[in-house]
Amino acid sequence: MDGMLTAMATAILAIGLLAALFGLLLGYAAVRLRPASDPVVDHIDSLLPQTQCAQCGYPGCRPYAEAIASGEADINQCPPGGDNTIRALADLLDREPQPLNTAYGEAKEQATVVRIDEDRCIGCTLCIQACPVDAIIGAQRQMHTVIEDLCTGCDLCIDPCPVDCIHRVTVPTTTRNWRWPQPENTPDHAA
Amino acid sequence: MTELALILVATVLVNNFVLTQFLGLCPFMGVSRKVETCVGMALATGFVLTLSSVVSYLVNTWVLAPLGIEYLRTIAFILVIAAVVQFTEMVVRYTSPLLHRVLGIFLPLITTNCAVLGVALLNVQQQHSFAASALYGFGAAAGFGLVLILFAGLRERLAVADVPVPFQGAAIALITAGIMSLAFMGFTGLVRL
Repeated sequence: MDGMLTAMATAILAIGLLAALFGLLLGYAAVRLRPASDPVVDHIDSLLPQTQCAQCGYPGCRPYAEAIASGEADINQCPPGGDNTIRALADLLDREPQPLNTAYGEAKEQATVVRIDEDRCIGCTLCIQACPVDAIIGAQRQMHTVIEDLCTGCDLCIDPCPVDCIHRVTVPTTTRNWRWPQPENTPDHAA
Repeated sequence: MTELALILVATVLVNNFVLTQFLGLCPFMGVSRKVETCVGMALATGFVLTLSSVVSYLVNTWVLAPLGIEYLRTIAFILVIAAVVQFTEMVVRYTSPLLHRVLGIFLPLITTNCAVLGVALLNVQQQHSFAASALYGFGAAAGFGLVLILFAGLRERLAVADVPVPFQGAAIALITAGIMSLAFMGFTGLVRL
């Protein structure tokens, strides 16, 4: 009887100690091998619209998020996100919401995409290089076209076009892209 | 020395864990869609397999055997494997966040890769020494990685092949795995342990 109890105690103690040892090692490793990326940057990045349009002056949404986190950039430089993004960022970072800085572009009331006037396109590929989301297809001296499903409406391709054959068109609201409007911010909610 | 070399050849080719012992089939079918992810998976599994077979050997020789509690081997090895996998996940996340994102759920799932537990238990059963255990784990991982990458290469080509409708998807993948297994049977008798 006694021998059995000792055997059981040994087994439980040995496995328990082993588990505790591994736990300690893992805990130590978790502290030592903490990933270099800042969780704040991840949070900011998740609030940005991910259009990668670079209108904020940074190459994409993540670099802009890093710039905000380091205090280098202000939170009102994202035209595609508009007021909603600014408000969410202000909420996250505990700052005062401010109006969009129009130096970086205007917020749009309605979604737009660009369209290439294909008769006038000379196939210079300049717009392809400007497109941050690879939504333009075409080749040297071949007609180019925009894949409208991929176009984020950042308008970055309009300026480089030497023959001004790219224009903005509004996306008509259909049953496929209609969404419930965002709730209005009531005064007590904003406070 | 020749014995160690024999272990390596035997585990990689002759007694390949996936194709002749049928262990670790879930990641073999699950992550073999793209060669790039396969390379990452093979490296992560290799790290886990080698480390866990070494640690489980140490635990077995220095903890379980002296206390006479070898009957708790399975649960102790599962503990070791879980800890090693967690550790590997931390290392991968620290060194390569991109790989961590690509491997995603498959990294923690190495815990349930039966090849890992299989290698640890076979090490004890075949009474391997410390070096032999480490090499057995490494060889199993190399064999696993080899067939995983080969299979992913085949599946990448199959994706663009004109496969008859009833065979598309998992069916043709399983048939391919079967033919690969047949091919690996050809190594039988190359080395006898």
